[in-house]
Amino acid sequence: MTRYENQVAEHRDYLYKFARLQLRNEAWAEDAVSETLLAALAKPQAFDNRSQLKTWLVGILKHKVVDALRHHGREVTGLGSSEDEDTDPLELLNFKADGHFVETPADWGNPEQQTSSRQFFEILEACTEKLPAVQGRLFLMREWLELSSEEICKELDLTPTNLYVQLHRARLRLRECLEMNWFQKAGAL
Amino acid sequence: KLLRRTCKEATALMVAREDRVLPVADRVALYFHLAACKACPRFEKQMLTMRNSMRQWRHYSEK
Repeated sequence: MTRYENQVAEHRDYLYKFARLQLRNEAWAEDAVSETLLAALAKPQAFDNRSQLKTWLVGILKHKVVDALRHHGREVTGLGSSEDEDTDPLELLNFKADGHFVETPADWGNPEQQTSSRQFFEILEACTEKLPAVQGRLFLMREWLELSSEEICKELDLTPTNLYVQLHRARLRLRECLEMNWFQKAGAL
Repeated sequence: KLLRRTCKEATALMVAREDRVLPVADRVALYFHLAACKACPRFEKQMLTMRNSMRQWRHYSEK
């Protein structure tokens, strides 16, 4: 193996962790990482040292993840499954019968300073992993892959209404998890 | 009366605007609700914290 091939292979574990978080499926993640490594090994001249090798590989992997999500469209969106169709997480917030808050939501402190520690990112990742699979994938397509709602609907042949319902639930579940496990500094995942 | 929204409705709008552009009537109603409500600005700040945290998480991972 050349030095370049060795360096590419060294990043496999990191890429797999990234792909698994996005895809929620070990086999799909393995495939996406393998295709990424193959693409990188097939065209070493495409890597011109302008960025770090790992950052460049993550860029390739993002495209492979979107390809995988598109390829497994129906499974990704889980339409027809009964996942999480019971209650709207909005009901977890404390509202009176007239629709107003029972008590003021908690003060999470300075939005910029509260969330820049390694420990917080570990909690955030754990909370994201706890989301139901469909919600987690769609949420990460928005927030990690930075696709617009229109792009997600197009890639997955999803109606805007279906997407918005899933993202609404994902955001409220994530808020609840962060409040319990970080901002209240109580309980454990 | 058209501008009136409950906290529950305002909360749903604050979540929705993370992923889509709200209709003008909803944006105006939310503006007036947030100006008059003592509780909902806290929720708005929580959503801002989540938005910032996702951005910082991405940057942290790239770093």
